[in-house]
Amino acid sequence: MNATGYLESLLAAQPKLPASPLARLNDLRAEAVDRVGVLTVPTIRDEEWRFTDLSPLTRLSFQPVRTSTLPDGGELRRFRLDEAATRVVFVDGVHAPGLSHVAPGVAVAVTLSTATQAHRAAIDLHLGRHVNFRDDVFAALNTAFLQDGTSIVAPRGTAVAAPVHLLHIATQKDAASYPRCLVVAEPGSAVTVIEDFVSLQEGAYFTDAVTEIAIAADARVDHVRVQRDGGQAFHIANCAVSLGAGSSYRSVSVALGARISRYSLRVLQTEAGAHCTIDGLAVISGRQLADTHTSIDHAMPDGVSRQRHKCIVGGAAHAVFNGKIMVRPGAQRTDSSQSSRNLLLTGRAHVDTKPQLEIFADDVKCAHGATVGQLDGDALFYLASRGIETTAARNLLTYAFGAEIIDRIPVTSLRNLLETTLLAQTTATHQP
Amino acid sequence: MIRQDSRTLLEVRGLRATVNGTEILKGIDFTVRLGEVHAIMGPNGSGKSTFAKVLAGHPAYVVTGGEVIYDGRNLLDRKPEERARAGIFLAFQYPVEIPGVANSQFLRLAYNSVQGERGKDELDPLEFDDFVREKMKLLDMNPGFLARSVNEGFSGGEKKRNEVLQMALLEPRLAFLDETDSGLDIDALRVVAGGINQLSTMDNAMVLVTHYQRLLNYIVPDYVHVMDSGRIIKTGGRELALELESRGYDWVGAEHRAAESAAMGTAR
Repeated sequence: MNATGYLESLLAAQPKLPASPLARLNDLRAEAVDRVGVLTVPTIRDEEWRFTDLSPLTRLSFQPVRTSTLPDGGELRRFRLDEAATRVVFVDGVHAPGLSHVAPGVAVAVTLSTATQAHRAAIDLHLGRHVNFRDDVFAALNTAFLQDGTSIVAPRGTAVAAPVHLLHIATQKDAASYPRCLVVAEPGSAVTVIEDFVSLQEGAYFTDAVTEIAIAADARVDHVRVQRDGGQAFHIANCAVSLGAGSSYRSVSVALGARISRYSLRVLQTEAGAHCTIDGLAVISGRQLADTHTSIDHAMPDGVSRQRHKCIVGGAAHAVFNGKIMVRPGAQRTDSSQSSRNLLLTGRAHVDTKPQLEIFADDVKCAHGATVGQLDGDALFYLASRGIETTAARNLLTYAFGAEIIDRIPVTSLRNLLETTLLAQTTATHQP
Repeated sequence: MIRQDSRTLLEVRGLRATVNGTEILKGIDFTVRLGEVHAIMGPNGSGKSTFAKVLAGHPAYVVTGGEVIYDGRNLLDRKPEERARAGIFLAFQYPVEIPGVANSQFLRLAYNSVQGERGKDELDPLEFDDFVREKMKLLDMNPGFLARSVNEGFSGGEKKRNEVLQMALLEPRLAFLDETDSGLDIDALRVVAGGINQLSTMDNAMVLVTHYQRLLNYIVPDYVHVMDSGRIIKTGGRELALELESRGYDWVGAEHRAAESAAMGTAR
């Protein structure tokens, strides 16, 4: 199948989408369909995709599903997070109201199709305005299928106490899903959003997600993203964040699953004094590929950014990190630091890491560093000299390397869950 | 304590070892019996620390000659973790920092690995917590060190206390303490030395590797050995340490070289 034919096949089901009551959605969809017609699937000849070969994706065909057999409560229980009063569940990309629970009181989170007046205003102002779907084929495809997404609005001056959990469950082979999320934090508000991608099956499926986060002056958003898809899954996601004056964005993204995953995060500081902390962890093995591309755009003065990205790569897996920091002219007193640390567990594991700093202001503080290495020999000997078996010692050190990122997740139950997962995964990774 | 009827715990004969192709140990003979306390002294770079690391099984060192019999069996064909479980302990000169691993987690894993092997019950986190807090009192250590990452951000003295704490937990039969006195102020030295003395019994033995005799004011050795250029060139009682303190090391080397050339002259 050639590349154009491939996109056409993905779009085949699009005309069957019912019209949305929201005019903005219909307009966006129509424009996005046009853009998909113009754009092509990137190849390794594109600079932004040179390490991530999507040809395994284009050899398979995926279609959105209209109905799914809903998983029962028992299957869901292990994905439940105690702290999350609001849980919005999507099964194979389709909203499952019966499995979802929206906390009473202010409707912080709703689906796009049930948007109330407050949400409609946010949608008109922000949806499709932060992510660049005109130039990114996967953002365009997602937008073409806009229907069931989530809108989260933190009202002015309100700290939303409980995290909002968006749970995306894959249950069907060959399914394409297009999760969409809009987060709007009004001035002085605070909210924590967890995007969680899980699977109940091991066949191939395709997730193409878009998240837009607009943070107004002095507001704060904590964003946790956990990609624990099935081992044959393809996961491509775009997230765009816009930061107002004195606002703050803190995110932790963890990639554990998928055959090929790509997470692209773009943060734009649109006003002075914005702060972002972006942490990431990929733990992969076998023949997995996990690609993280981030871009932090310091467009205004007095911005702060902190980024820590780590990869633990076993088997013949391949991790990619590209971290761009842009400091525009006039963005004086920008304070930015970035580190990329990578642990290779086998001789066949591979990592490509590329810090990319573009600085056009003169009064700035920008630190960055990248390391690629194996487990520390001195630490291994220290543990061995205390009677600890080589395998246990390696597992402990690998776990500790990743736990530094997981420890930054502000939701205790999720942090504990991922620590357990990491421990199990590092143990499995070290099996020959 | 020297008792001639004590069993030999360690017998080193003609031990040679290299690191990155450079010979550091050039034929060491060294015997330890149960109940004894030995001090190995010598100038920097004489091979003292290397000797301790080779016996603990550090993979960077290659043994090129000689043999080491520990408790009646060959030691050199055993992995470091097997040596530890057999009762060998090395208190590191520079304990390794391990970010992300809680000290309590590390200490418990070490305890269960070594003591479990000896038939003691493995301890769960709660049981271990009680147990380790008792041991920490011995060393006047703040329990706050349990929750921190292993050695991370510890001062030099705190790291050394943490080493001796591990010794107290693992109850080794043969402990090498590599420059355990360095980085300790006088009060800390007294506490740490007191802890070590309490751990010394007739059923184990200790080897103190030290540059200065300061520690030996608190832990009295039965034997003092002087190491130079990868060999033990003089052995004496505790009074040798005091002599070294006042006269330095040079005279021992000169005496040794004179004796060697005399021996060679005789041989000719």
